[in-house]
Amino acid sequence: MKNIIKALILFLLIFSESYGDENLSNQILKNLRCLVCQGQTVHDSNSDFALTIKSVVKDKIKEGNNEREIYTFLSEKYGDWILLNPPFKKSSFLLWFLPYLLFFFGYYFFIFLDKKTKNWTLK
Amino acid sequence: MLSKLGILFIIGTLFTSLSIIFLTFKELKVINNLIPPKIYKFSLFQLFFSISSFFILLLAYILSDFSLVNVYENSHSNKPLFYKISGTWGNHEGSLLLWINILVLFSSLFLFLTKNSDKSFKIYTLLFQNLLIITFLIFLLTNSNPFSELFPVPLEGLGLNPILQDPALAIHPPLLYIGFVGSSIYFSAALAALISKIDSQSFAISIKSWVLVSWFFQTVGILVGSIWAYYELGWGGYWFWDPVENSSLMPWFVMTALLHSILVLERRIGLYSWVIVLSILTFTMSVTGTFLVRSGILNSVHTFASDPSRGLFILSFLVLMVFSSIFIFFKFSPKENKKYSVFSKEAFIIANNWFMIFFLGVVLIGTLYPVLLDTITGSKISVGPPYYNLILAPFLIPLLFLMTSGPNYKWISNEVRSLFNLVLVLSVTFFLITFFLIKENNLLINLILFFSIYLITQTLFDFYQSFKKKNINISRIISHLGFGLLIFFIYINHIFSVENNFNLKLGETKKTDYYTIKFVNLEEQSIKNYKSIIGYFNVSNKKNFTSKELRPEIRVYDKPFTITYEASINSNLFSDTYLTMSNISDTDVFNIKFQVKPFMNLIWLSVLLLSLGGVLNFFKRKKDEKN
Amino acid sequence: MKKINYIIISVLFSLLFIVLYLSLGNEKIYNTQDLVGKKISEVEINLFQSNETFNTKELTNNEFTILNFWASWCAPCRKEHPNLVRLSKIKNLKLIGINFKDEKDNARNFLRENGNPFDILGEDKNGKNSVNFGVYGIPETILIDSELKILKKYIGPLNINDVNEIRKIVKK
Repeated sequence: MKNIIKALILFLLIFSESYGDENLSNQILKNLRCLVCQGQTVHDSNSDFALTIKSVVKDKIKEGNNEREIYTFLSEKYGDWILLNPPFKKSSFLLWFLPYLLFFFGYYFFIFLDKKTKNWTLK
Repeated sequence: MLSKLGILFIIGTLFTSLSIIFLTFKELKVINNLIPPKIYKFSLFQLFFSISSFFILLLAYILSDFSLVNVYENSHSNKPLFYKISGTWGNHEGSLLLWINILVLFSSLFLFLTKNSDKSFKIYTLLFQNLLIITFLIFLLTNSNPFSELFPVPLEGLGLNPILQDPALAIHPPLLYIGFVGSSIYFSAALAALISKIDSQSFAISIKSWVLVSWFFQTVGILVGSIWAYYELGWGGYWFWDPVENSSLMPWFVMTALLHSILVLERRIGLYSWVIVLSILTFTMSVTGTFLVRSGILNSVHTFASDPSRGLFILSFLVLMVFSSIFIFFKFSPKENKKYSVFSKEAFIIANNWFMIFFLGVVLIGTLYPVLLDTITGSKISVGPPYYNLILAPFLIPLLFLMTSGPNYKWISNEVRSLFNLVLVLSVTFFLITFFLIKENNLLINLILFFSIYLITQTLFDFYQSFKKKNINISRIISHLGFGLLIFFIYINHIFSVENNFNLKLGETKKTDYYTIKFVNLEEQSIKNYKSIIGYFNVSNKKNFTSKELRPEIRVYDKPFTITYEASINSNLFSDTYLTMSNISDTDVFNIKFQVKPFMNLIWLSVLLLSLGGVLNFFKRKKDEKN
Repeated sequence: MKKINYIIISVLFSLLFIVLYLSLGNEKIYNTQDLVGKKISEVEINLFQSNETFNTKELTNNEFTILNFWASWCAPCRKEHPNLVRLSKIKNLKLIGINFKDEKDNARNFLRENGNPFDILGEDKNGKNSVNFGVYGIPETILIDSELKILKKYIGPLNINDVNEIRKIVKK
């Protein structure tokens, strides 16, 4: 019981410092690839291109565009390559679908393996 | 001089490897249970030659011998000694030499340390391992020779990429290589087990230590790489789902699956084929990862000199390896005799395999899909962190739950069951406290937090129980606790991270919601191989009136000319304060990125705890063997 | 059964390896060539000489139009400029220059030294408008037809082969 109280106090101490939350613009910028950098996001880059995109995204938010509209706008202008979160369309269908297929097939495969271990034991 | 000596030692290694292959071939026909001392001798010579060649390259780096192209391209006489040494494996050719050394080392260790094993199993393992060694030696000599000479000898080298001049990155490659190149030994052993038809139990026993060793180093290697990315790349993240990171994670998933299924195989034979498939898959994933990184078919943050001819070689090797494994597997696949049934408590361990292979699949799909799509249809897409988070995160919930309830499934008797419920009650309480404090309204995140708390509470409870009961597996408890804590802290860190970007001039002050940041001073310094602009910042917390001094740097290296932005991190157990500055060209204004990241150190510690379980298991095994 | 598995697995791996082999020779550096065939957006562009604006809608009046993004501080732009001058002599082709993140005086000097091939000169002071055209580095040149459809995209400086190519397209 003592330990629990200690843990509780510890928790309260930790969280007494409170933090704000991420804003929309940061979240969008983190999902954009900086085209002129090596695999960096726009958010993490200080290149000329990234700075321009940053201010364009800020403008678009001010104009009242939502996250999805901004992604659509940028992918129209620069191709899907700029989006780190690939949109669901014909070309990315398998990308989104295969993992779930794998998971469900995996289930049957491991049921099969489990039966094997049930039936065959060593001694 | 050093160049010739190095090549001589490489040829020596090649020669001894060929001799071992020849001797093992001859030995296959001899029917007795004794491995001739000749093979041991050759293996020792091979080890000697290979390590010597590595030391020659090391010496060339320490002495800054620019008559070697490799040293000229990657070193500089002004560089601190430590980075001259780490420069040896900081490039493609040198790291390939390290790769070969680990193959050779594991080959010898296997030969000398594996006792009481079937002779033909050992001989075949040695044969396959040496075939791997030969292939990589040929690759080294024909395509990527670190000992190539340069004439006329330049006076000065080009220098090492400054981003690589870092203690964490100096030890990162060797750790990771012991991990995933080490997995070659159970790749060879799996093929050998198929051909020599040894029984499943002795196979499980003979590879378990190797799996543990490689898993431990892989885990720590990934951790060190992550820590490096966190403080060196300067944007405060520690995992980017970058192709290079993914290729170190892919073998890790298979190793983890293998580790769990070996536990079953030690006692039961049903999983034999599956364990063999996993053993083959681990090294295959390691080579696949190497192919993806070195061939340059992927776009990555981590700069690695790439070259299509290397890619072609590694790809050919991969093709050869995969098809001969498939061939051997189907030709010799083990016949598993049916015996009577008892019970199964292993279902949960097998469930681990289900999840690990699923995770592997997702990472593999995410990494390869853009490449395949581009090649087939020509359209280019990116797959980044949002994809992995979206697909993987929901599956953490059942995984955490299985880790909590699985191991206790069998031994919970009625008397413990009441206590078991206490665990649930405690978990709910802890979760409610957390929920009240974080006020996160995302259901998925809350569920993940709850199940990670449940796992943590349960493993802590198990830990307490283990003092009463002797048969509880302490290494399992430690590792699972580490995993539970890792997930918990990752999410808490994600929720509470604060980030502010703004521009500041010297002397100005910026006020954010909870902090005041003052740009106090700017200083220039000349260090041995770079010039440094240091900013002095005073960060004070408005709530508890503490203040910290942070000193981010902009470094200008001249050999080769590179500018790096060094983050300044004030770190304690509960929270990191992270600040980077970059200059805006033609102005006296600096762009400041200010971040507060809670629990970073606890994330690192959780991974260490996770790997500690592996160490405990390793030593427990050694103790069991003695008894 | 075993044989079928053997064949299926071998075939799958073969396919994978063939694709990986083909990918080795592929171009790794990304460019926006995928956008060829799409229409450019209808947006207002600020004119360089006055405070007026000009809408890309008006380009439907031209048979062919080239949009060129340039700046005086960009060295490759200086290199490609004579080629733009060559293109300006083609009759059914109009040239629109968009001065990108530049100082007005420097831009004027640049055109005085190297000649002004542009029928209309616009400017994009902070680079934001260029995002509407998918520009991510200069110089960049876009060839469109009267339906505003992108026929060609040149990323980096135009060379003499590009000029000949454009001539051919325009002549048809």
